[in-house]
Amino acid sequence: MITLTLKEQPRVPLEAEAISPDVMAKLRHDEIRAVPMFLGKRQRRLDDFFEVEGEASEDLEIRGDVGKVKWIGRGMTRGRIRVAGNAGMHLGAYMKGGTIDVSGNAADWVGGEMSGGLIRIGGNAGGQVGAAYRGSLTGMQGGTILIEGSAGLEVGMRMKRGIIAVKGSVRDFPGLQMKGGTIILGGAELRTGAWMIRGTILSLRPIPLLPTFAYNCNYNPSFLRLYAKHLQIQGFSIPHEEGDGAYLLYSGDAAVSQKGEILIWQPRASS
Amino acid sequence: MLRITGGRVYDPANGIHGEVKDVCISDGRIVAEVEGTGVRTIDASGMVVFPGGVDVHTHVAGAALNFARAMTPENQREAVKFIHSPELRAGIGGITPTTFATGYLYAGLGYTTVNEAAVPILSARHTHEELRDTPIVDKSCCVLMANNELVLDLLEEGETERAKQVVAWLIWAAKGYGVKAVNPGGVAAWKWGKDAKILSEPVEGYSKVTPAKIIASLAAIVNDLQLPHPLHIHCNNLGAPGNISTTLETMKLLEGYRAHMAHLQFHAYGGDGWNSLRSEAATLAEYFNAHPNLTADAGAILFGNSVTITADGPWQHLLYQLTGHKWGNLDVENETGCGIVPYVYKGSNLVNAVQWAVGLELLLLINDPWRIFLTTDHPNGACFWRYPEIIHLLMDVDFRRERVRKLPAKALKRIVLGDLDREYTLSEIAVITSAGPARALGLSRKGHLGPGADADVAIYNENPDRELMFRYPRYVLKGGQVVVEEGAIRKVVDGREFIVHPSFDENIEEYLRPLFEQYYTMSFDNYPVEMHRVEGADIRECG
Repeated sequence: MITLTLKEQPRVPLEAEAISPDVMAKLRHDEIRAVPMFLGKRQRRLDDFFEVEGEASEDLEIRGDVGKVKWIGRGMTRGRIRVAGNAGMHLGAYMKGGTIDVSGNAADWVGGEMSGGLIRIGGNAGGQVGAAYRGSLTGMQGGTILIEGSAGLEVGMRMKRGIIAVKGSVRDFPGLQMKGGTIILGGAELRTGAWMIRGTILSLRPIPLLPTFAYNCNYNPSFLRLYAKHLQIQGFSIPHEEGDGAYLLYSGDAAVSQKGEILIWQPRASS
Repeated sequence: MLRITGGRVYDPANGIHGEVKDVCISDGRIVAEVEGTGVRTIDASGMVVFPGGVDVHTHVAGAALNFARAMTPENQREAVKFIHSPELRAGIGGITPTTFATGYLYAGLGYTTVNEAAVPILSARHTHEELRDTPIVDKSCCVLMANNELVLDLLEEGETERAKQVVAWLIWAAKGYGVKAVNPGGVAAWKWGKDAKILSEPVEGYSKVTPAKIIASLAAIVNDLQLPHPLHIHCNNLGAPGNISTTLETMKLLEGYRAHMAHLQFHAYGGDGWNSLRSEAATLAEYFNAHPNLTADAGAILFGNSVTITADGPWQHLLYQLTGHKWGNLDVENETGCGIVPYVYKGSNLVNAVQWAVGLELLLLINDPWRIFLTTDHPNGACFWRYPEIIHLLMDVDFRRERVRKLPAKALKRIVLGDLDREYTLSEIAVITSAGPARALGLSRKGHLGPGADADVAIYNENPDRELMFRYPRYVLKGGQVVVEEGAIRKVVDGREFIVHPSFDENIEEYLRPLFEQYYTMSFDNYPVEMHRVEGADIRECG
């Protein structure tokens, strides 16, 4: 295992795409220390910012508040990163495989345009979780993002595949221009699923809906049993038993298509 | 003073085809001989020496290109980065390079002169400011005129002489070099949601003005004004199946005038729908070969990512509907418009495969290299830094056939590229990339290496891999200074701008002033580009 301990918070964000198992797996201790990273426009070394222990491993642990360290695990394909503290923007962006665990909060763009792997955030996440970068037509294309707390704007914007599950509530525009995949929310603010073409958004609490979503029926989709089983292992529970209640299915967004679905959990009224 | 020695020189304008001879430079110009001490020598043994490249039709500055840059951040993330250094400004390459990077990339390819082919007068000031920030290369601008309502109104009234005065005044106001006609009448009609598809039918909003009238009138005006570059025309029905008839009709209208046909590849299609689209390059080339009044540039496409940007608004709307990709539309008051749609050309797509073949077929079927020039209508067909890929395809028939075989089987029945044996020689490449376009632009000091020419020289390592050879020149000289060495920018110099000053009756301003007050958002006095905005202006008096 390689342990990186932050010496002190950088004053401007540190570009740390080199903190990835793919980069570190074959490096010796002194090579890891010399890995280049940009602080603003200046090129510096990893050991200017971190104490380094260990070498040549796909298992990384980062200690300290790296809330200003960007691009951790960018494009990683394997291995594991654990962050004991907060993580900065673009955590696991373009990730293809492996696991990232963050015990604290994560900033914006967690798993931006990722295509595989698992990201778990113990606290809250910022906006644009699993989203498409500006201008791109497609966001997240696979993998799983699990958030224990809340999240910000545009969660899953233009996502095409994969799962994003947020226990808490999210802000406006979850699933904006979504093309596929599944977003599970503990509630949301405004304009959920705006311009969604396909895909599923599931809310465990009532949410305000756009007028372009039409009520369809009450049902308990069978695929949810599978999802529930899968997410249960990760500590996320989704209600799906008929005895407990049903989902109200709304179809939309009629502004672009009727193929997207928003499911809102309605517990059975206790008698 | 500088002497380039030992290289095989290709200077087709002066009848030199690969002779080993010295090229001498003094004070930024080519001279017959340099003597005395302090003569630096570049040993070009094993290399070929070309005049610096001239791009007759490209889009490197202005409002439309900026709109394209803003619309495609996803391309810019993938683009080559230019890191700020003591010599270089920061920038990015990619499909729509930033201003400074455009200069570096063109120079890095051996190109030293570029013609920005579509400048609305209203955004000319901004265009010149961007061109000032496009270093190394010399520049010129073609000004959009075929949908200018001031001009069209005069043609409607039959006031041809006054239209000529207005055109001349507008060219000088924009500090332009030539006149460009884009989809004549079609962009004006687009403001009514229409297009101008038939050359003999009146343009929407007019009763007498037809595309044919606009084309013939502008060609005559450009002729009368004695501009160095003839009318630069983008025909109606760009990109549409069966547009060969429109293109031929346009060429017939131009009989008796010189004209430059822009990006001919997009205008040489047969068939009556996307499913029946086929190459008509042979038909077009046959007519073109028999009409020496015309020049053209290829507007070839290459497979991959691109952004289409053109003043042809109605076409862009159609392209957006076809692709479902992003679409931008700009209206430029009384003058023109512009549409932007990012596009990916795919080898597996039947239409794209035919387009790819048509560009190469035109370059191979038009016999006289002095009349067809290498372009991709950057960034529409492909980026200018991909020109070496086209050179490779032109120079190597086996490589070309191998590529043709990879096209969809259906496409092979609609093209003739597989049957063409012609291979370009190095001399012919020097013609289509430099000598020819320089002559078409009327730039007497460009495109050759005779005494008096600007000392713009590209020196390439002789290499059987033509793509590699032309991608990385060994040296590039601009105005006698070594600006590129082994693929790296050594020195950044400022480029000049070529401008024409056609003669016109000053009283035309009395006619224009009230029209401006009535129709324009900009005041008349603020409209012309001030001379001091143009850096390194090289003014030519005409008429």
